[in-house]
Amino acid sequence: MEKLSIGGKTSRKTSDVKTGSWRTFKPIIDKKKCKGCGECIKVCPEAGMGMHEKEGQILAEINYDYCKGCMLCSSACPFNAIKAKKEKK
Amino acid sequence: MKKIMETSHAIAEAVKLCDPKVISAFPITPQTHIVEKLADMVADGDLDAEYLNVESEHSAISACVGAQAAGVRTYTATASQGLALMHEILFIASGMRLPMVMTIANRALSGPLNIWNDWSDSIASRDSGWLQLYCETAQEALDTTIQAYKIAENEKVLLPVMVCVDGFILSHVYEPVDIPKKTDVKKFLPDYAGPIMDFDKPITQGTWAGPEEYQGFKKMQQDAMTNALKVIQDTNKDFAEQFDRSYGNGLIELFNMKDAKYAVISMGSVCGTIKHVMEKNNIKDVGLIRIKSYRPFPVKELQKSLKNIQSAAVLEKDISLGSAGALMADVKCASNMPMTNIISGLGGRDITEKMVLESFEYARNIKEGLIWL
Repeated sequence: MEKLSIGGKTSRKTSDVKTGSWRTFKPIIDKKKCKGCGECIKVCPEAGMGMHEKEGQILAEINYDYCKGCMLCSSACPFNAIKAKKEKK
Repeated sequence: MKKIMETSHAIAEAVKLCDPKVISAFPITPQTHIVEKLADMVADGDLDAEYLNVESEHSAISACVGAQAAGVRTYTATASQGLALMHEILFIASGMRLPMVMTIANRALSGPLNIWNDWSDSIASRDSGWLQLYCETAQEALDTTIQAYKIAENEKVLLPVMVCVDGFILSHVYEPVDIPKKTDVKKFLPDYAGPIMDFDKPITQGTWAGPEEYQGFKKMQQDAMTNALKVIQDTNKDFAEQFDRSYGNGLIELFNMKDAKYAVISMGSVCGTIKHVMEKNNIKDVGLIRIKSYRPFPVKELQKSLKNIQSAAVLEKDISLGSAGALMADVKCASNMPMTNIISGLGGRDITEKMVLESFEYARNIKEGLIWL
C-alpha cells in the first residue's frame, strides 16, 4: 500500500484514478463490423470511448484505463460490433 | 480572580479565550446558553469571529468542517437530537482529520421525548472518531475546552474533540470559576497554524478512497487515537504547570483509592456526588475511578488503577439496548474482574446519595445482569 496522506488530502486529479480494474466484462470491438457511426460515444458514462482513424478507416476505440465494463456501448451499437468478454482476474 | 457563573457561560468564556474565527451553531436545549453567550460576545465586538446562523445542526457542523478545512479554528455546540442530526458529518470531520472542538451538553435521545440529562447522545457517537472528554465541574469544563484545542491540533492527533458536560446538572449550574488571562492562554495555546487554503496550490480534501486505501485511513485514525492517550496526559501536565490545575492524569482521575478494596467506575458530574457521599459517610473501602477520556479509552491506566481492587460497580447514564451499558463494555475489555453494571440517571432521573450508597454495596457484592437504580 502506498503511503497515505493524513485525512486523504491530495493534489492528484480525478483522471489519475484508473477505474479499469473494476471491470467484470470487457467490451471488445469487432473492427470488421464497426462503421464508425459514433453511437457508442454518446452512451459511454466514463467518456472512455473515442474514434480513431486507422488506415483511412474511422473506428471506435475504448480507453481501458477507465472503462468499467458497463457494456452500454454494446447495447447501443446498431451493428452488433461490440462483444463482452469475461475479465480474467 | 474567581467569578460565580453558569457552566455554559464559563465554556463560552473558554471558547473566547481560544479565539475561534468561525462559530456556527443551532440552538438546542440544554446547550443554548453557550452559543447565546458567544453570539453576545461577537455582537458586542468582544470576540472577532464569523458567527454563522444556520438552519440545522447538520448545517452547523458542515459549516465548521468547511471553515476548518479552509484553515481557521472553529467552534460549535449541540446536544441530543442535534448531535444525532450531525451524525454523518461527525465521521467526515474525523476522517478529514480536522481538529475541531464541540461541546455536548449531554441530553437523552427521543423517544419518548425528554430534554433532561443522560449520555445517550454522545455515547451513540462514540465510534465516530472524535475524542470524548467528560467533565465534572464548571472549572473543568472551562479548562478542558482550552485543552481540547491543544490536544486536537497536536500533529500526532489531528482529530476532533467533544467536550461533554451533563445537561442542566452541570451546564446550568452556577459555580465559582477562575478565568485564565488571555495572555496566559495564548502562551498555552498559540494561534491556529493548520494548513490554509491556497488558491495557487489547490488540493482535494474529503476525497474518496477505494477498497485498496479506505482501511488504511481508518488505521491512521486509530493510531492517532492511540497517540492521543499520551498527548492528553502531556496537555494535562502542561496545563497544570501553567495554571496550577489538573484533573487526574488527564485520562482518569482516582479518588479515595488509597486503601480501597472495591471501586465505583463512572464519568461526568455524578462523580462529584460520589466523592461527596464518600467523604460524608467516611467510606474507606470503596474508591472512585472517574473516566475522563472515554475516547480514547485509557485501558492501561484503568488496569493499573484496578490492581488492588477485588470487585467493582460501573455506574452509567446510558444503555446499549440489547447489550449492557456502553462504559461497562469498555471496562470489561480492559479487565475481567467481577463487576456489577448499574444503569441509572436516564432521562434526568436524579442519582441521590442513597442510590450512590447502594452502588457501593453493588461494588462490594456483585450482582449479575443489569441493575436499574
